[in-house]
Amino acid sequence: MSSDIFFYLFAAFTTGTALAVVLTKNTVASALSLLLCLVGVAGVFILLDAFLLAALMVFVYAGAVVALFLFIIMLLDAQGGDRKPFKKTAYVSGGIAFALLVVGVLSFWKSGQQTTGELGSIVPVGSTLKNYGEQLFTTYLLPVQIVGFLLLIAMLGVIVLSKKFEGLEDIK
Amino acid sequence: MAVIQVERKPLTFAERTYIPQIIGGLWVTLKHFFQPTVTLQYPEQRPEIPKGYRGVPTLVKDPNGREKCVSCQLCEFVCPPKAIRITPGEISAESDNAHVEKGPQAFDIDMLRCIYCGLCQEVCPEEAIFLQNQFSMSGYTRAEMVNNKERLYELGGTLPDEHLKWDKKKTAEEHGNAH
Amino acid sequence: MFDFYFHLPLIVRLVLQAIAVILFMFPVAAACSMAERKVCAWIQNRPGPNRTIAPIGGLLTPLGIVGRIPFLGPFLQQMGIFQLAADGGKFTFKEDPVPAHVNKFYFILAPIVAMIPALTTVAVVPVGAYYAVVNGQTILQPIVLANVDIGLLAVFAVSSLGVYAVILAGWASNSKYAFLGGVRASAQLVSYELAMTLSVLPSFLWMNKPGGQGTLSLFDAVQMQNGVWHGFSMASLHGMWGVFYMPISAFIFLVALFAETNRAPFDMAEAESELVAGFHTEYGAFKWSLFFLAEYCHMIIGSAVCILLFFGGWNILPWIPLTTLIDWLSHFIPFAAHPLFMGLVGIGIFVGKVFSFIFFFMWVRWTLPRFRYDQVMHLGWKKLLPLSIANLIFYTLGIALLQK
Repeated sequence: MSSDIFFYLFAAFTTGTALAVVLTKNTVASALSLLLCLVGVAGVFILLDAFLLAALMVFVYAGAVVALFLFIIMLLDAQGGDRKPFKKTAYVSGGIAFALLVVGVLSFWKSGQQTTGELGSIVPVGSTLKNYGEQLFTTYLLPVQIVGFLLLIAMLGVIVLSKKFEGLEDIK
Repeated sequence: MAVIQVERKPLTFAERTYIPQIIGGLWVTLKHFFQPTVTLQYPEQRPEIPKGYRGVPTLVKDPNGREKCVSCQLCEFVCPPKAIRITPGEISAESDNAHVEKGPQAFDIDMLRCIYCGLCQEVCPEEAIFLQNQFSMSGYTRAEMVNNKERLYELGGTLPDEHLKWDKKKTAEEHGNAH
Repeated sequence: MFDFYFHLPLIVRLVLQAIAVILFMFPVAAACSMAERKVCAWIQNRPGPNRTIAPIGGLLTPLGIVGRIPFLGPFLQQMGIFQLAADGGKFTFKEDPVPAHVNKFYFILAPIVAMIPALTTVAVVPVGAYYAVVNGQTILQPIVLANVDIGLLAVFAVSSLGVYAVILAGWASNSKYAFLGGVRASAQLVSYELAMTLSVLPSFLWMNKPGGQGTLSLFDAVQMQNGVWHGFSMASLHGMWGVFYMPISAFIFLVALFAETNRAPFDMAEAESELVAGFHTEYGAFKWSLFFLAEYCHMIIGSAVCILLFFGGWNILPWIPLTTLIDWLSHFIPFAAHPLFMGLVGIGIFVGKVFSFIFFFMWVRWTLPRFRYDQVMHLGWKKLLPLSIANLIFYTLGIALLQK
């Protein structure tokens, strides 16, 4: 029961700060709301007994990634200012995405109702370090590798785009 | 003059890691950590004043307790920041030193102006003004920082004097060949 | 005679322990500021603050009475204890101005954000050990507020949030110097976090044998260094401190720790000679003192983690673990194995080690000049990071070969 109260608290906190990320005009305030949002997500992970994920969430995203965001915002002196009005396609796609989200959540809720009895007996993957590591390097090895390659490609792309190559016209 | 190009030696690997140098530096500071402190605990311990120190200018008396200044005003004249102000006066007839020389009626040194140059000491023909060892002057008002005649004599005290000018004058007067 | 304590409800005990830890951290962090001044003074052949004494009117206060005890009072005066009290009083009561040009909300938030991670991380740092009877077996238990499986990760996670205090302070101050300090700090802390995390991995590779229960607990890290010397054999490797068989790891961790706590020679965020006072240029009085305390709290936590991983935790010497010491002591003191006595001995040894580490921090600060900013980045990314990766690979291969 008490974990339910905590769940609602964290959920409300996460949603509120997530909204603040989008709605705040000030870029730094926006990044800080993102930080709070990530901490809220880490709180939800803790309620799910996924302590490792929670710690990694705080360590990697809240501790390093958002700090880098802030660093970039400060370095480029990015101002919030007025934003352009959304295009029509943006409205349409936004509507579709929201509808899909509602459907998804509803289906989860529906199936969750049915399996409530069994949920307690399932051991969550991230509960113990050993379990987590084994799953990561056996069952989920392929997704991990794919995500790793995606990140590598993104990193190379950034280097190619940002670095000026001189005397290498033939590459283009 | 020939220019000698000194080849800068490339750093060795150990030097490039900084570590031996850092350890050396730590060793130096550790040695200093255990050395006794060199600080003078000022108000309790006083610094040793070197000979010839130019402190606060003072007026001195001769060994017989007579004031030596004859208010010739040379110091007032030479004083670069015009810190000295002398009002010359006669010595009263009752005094032992009467009729011989003049004496200052008032003698003020404004310590807010004084630059401790020592020209007054150098110029004084009577060796009556000395820059002595006192180095600290403080006060709450401007008026307090002006040393008057009493204060100057109090600060100066008596210095050994071989001339004993007043005694010679008196002897000369008694023998009838004054002036 | 201490048993009533163990009959208290768990929550009361935890709250009491938390209060005890905070009551320990706060004055110690404050005393570190005085220690810093004293160490700096002694290194420079000066006596340091030794004048302040409680005034005659203070005879009614504890400090005024203590200051007038013969021998003890003058000694404390020489050590600057009353100066510390005077500083504390000044920081608490002096006017606390908020400049007109700052972003008020974030400006006031920043020192609070600085204190939170500094005091939160203490929860998962074990400070000692005691014998407890669990299920009829006498086993060694850590003295810790929260004995979590991911202790080290939790420390890293929460203390990595400390950077936001510096960034927020720098940004909200709306001043060039503070801003530059904040930007530098954010880049520096992110750069060195990587090397720091990689450097501790070998330590946990040693611990987590294949087939065993996986753990990132700091208590287990000390347990690994708990063995007794039985002559030259593989078994005596067990009691060795981490620093002996992982010197490179310990070195990288220590360097990264200096950078993470913004201490000289990496005090880019402050850089008095370049940035006035860096990120806390616009701060004064109580808010500034919170930054100051947070810096020392970070130092205490950082050195505690370093001691747990590489310097044997609460074991007094290599190959002489706390349990051996307690066995030896119980020849003289009948209640030596009592949890409370043993715990206090362990905490005493551990705190002593932490203090010597803090002295090392200060010693380095008053020895070395500051790195230039590009040198800091060069060292972090091009030297420490490759070194820590190579170190990790070396130990991975080495441990795999040893355990085959």
